[in-house]
Amino acid sequence: MLTKRIIPCLDVKDGRTVKGVNFVNLRDAGDAVELGAMYAAQGADELVYLDITATVDGRSTFIDLVRRVAQTINIPFTVGGGISSIADVSALLHAGADKVSINSAAVRNPDLINELSLEFGSQCIVVAIDTRYVETENGFEHIVHTHGGRKATEIRSIPWAKEVEERGAGEILLTSMDTDGTKNGFALELTATISGNANIPVIASGGAGNMAHFYDVFTEGKADAGLAASIFHFREIDIPDLKEYLKNKDLPIRMTR
Amino acid sequence: MKTVIIKYNAGNVQSVMYALDRIGASYLYTDDEAEIRSADKVIFPGVGEASTTMSYLRNVGLDKVIPSLKQPVFGTCVGMQLMCRFSEENNTECMGIFDVDVKRFPADAGLKVPHMGWNNISGYQSPLTAGLPDNAYVYFVHSYAAPICDYTVASCDYALPFSAMLHKDNFYAAQFHCEISGNAGQQILENFLKL
Repeated sequence: MLTKRIIPCLDVKDGRTVKGVNFVNLRDAGDAVELGAMYAAQGADELVYLDITATVDGRSTFIDLVRRVAQTINIPFTVGGGISSIADVSALLHAGADKVSINSAAVRNPDLINELSLEFGSQCIVVAIDTRYVETENGFEHIVHTHGGRKATEIRSIPWAKEVEERGAGEILLTSMDTDGTKNGFALELTATISGNANIPVIASGGAGNMAHFYDVFTEGKADAGLAASIFHFREIDIPDLKEYLKNKDLPIRMTR
Repeated sequence: MKTVIIKYNAGNVQSVMYALDRIGASYLYTDDEAEIRSADKVIFPGVGEASTTMSYLRNVGLDKVIPSLKQPVFGTCVGMQLMCRFSEENNTECMGIFDVDVKRFPADAGLKVPHMGWNNISGYQSPLTAGLPDNAYVYFVHSYAAPICDYTVASCDYALPFSAMLHKDNFYAAQFHCEISGNAGQQILENFLKL
């Protein structure tokens, strides 16, 4: 049976992970390759590396990192952050990334989704949607945000999710800026709506604080995958424990030990 | 031992090369017929769309070379589909090594297409699955699949049972991506290289 995926997300700046990590068994917790390899060994189903570097030098460092990750780990990984052209995507896929995630560039130029999926295949094009529930002239609505959630657009998130699928996205990475960082659980209703409308997988992100939150997002939230960062980095949840918990609740989970 | 990865207009095959690096296998990435024919093992990877890759193979003559090979050949993902008779993906005549037609997953089964993620395989009857745990999980990304047939040596379920692996004579194939399928995928690649 197709399993629900658990995905740790690593923020990378100048080739190193930035969110403080607390793993005593790592030589260098800031080493993004070593951290990713450890998650893979623990049973993570995929990894996401997000480049938060703004400089050109940092960009080439990131591509070098992508190459080292691909050489080292034997599970799929997605890379994102600042991708805005076919050339960017080509460089990252050529370095060994399995998928790329685009966000602001897709909002600026939705045709880019079509172009990328034609050029590289839908299977490797992930569209990240950062959404926030805000008051508009029509009352409260889910609105797409860019620039790490700081900048509001005029795009409504639910129809946007359908549009990116029609344009050729292979997967949606849905982050609720309302729940992100709260540890109060994923945005279940919105995730269920978007995943229920979609015929492509939806990765839910934002708000995971305990193991039950993952159960909820896979059942009530209808998500195909659950993504989190700090709760894994700070070892508030260990991936083997999480997978065993979900397995014991009869969810389809890939067990690796 | 000489291993060749067949070079054609497939998408990213970098991860296949890295997977071979990890198990310490050397390889040549080439489309040269003489090099392919003299290899001990041939890997035919695939990421892409059936009709464009098939017409590329025809233009360069690889559509005749591959079925005539005598050494072990391992096709993965679209590589496996191109080794079948026909694919519903843009109604493509393929190489016909396996006499089976590749079909699109039904849209009305209430399941998402592509079938993307980790799924378990079973019913092993291949030397490539030696040493694998029962119901091993491997990573799939595909919208088309070969039904269960005489050549099925491992199966998977998504909407319907389908062929996860095929085998006939010296031809081996897997629908999933061994190169990113964790330890199970690595074991399958090692088993192929040990044939």
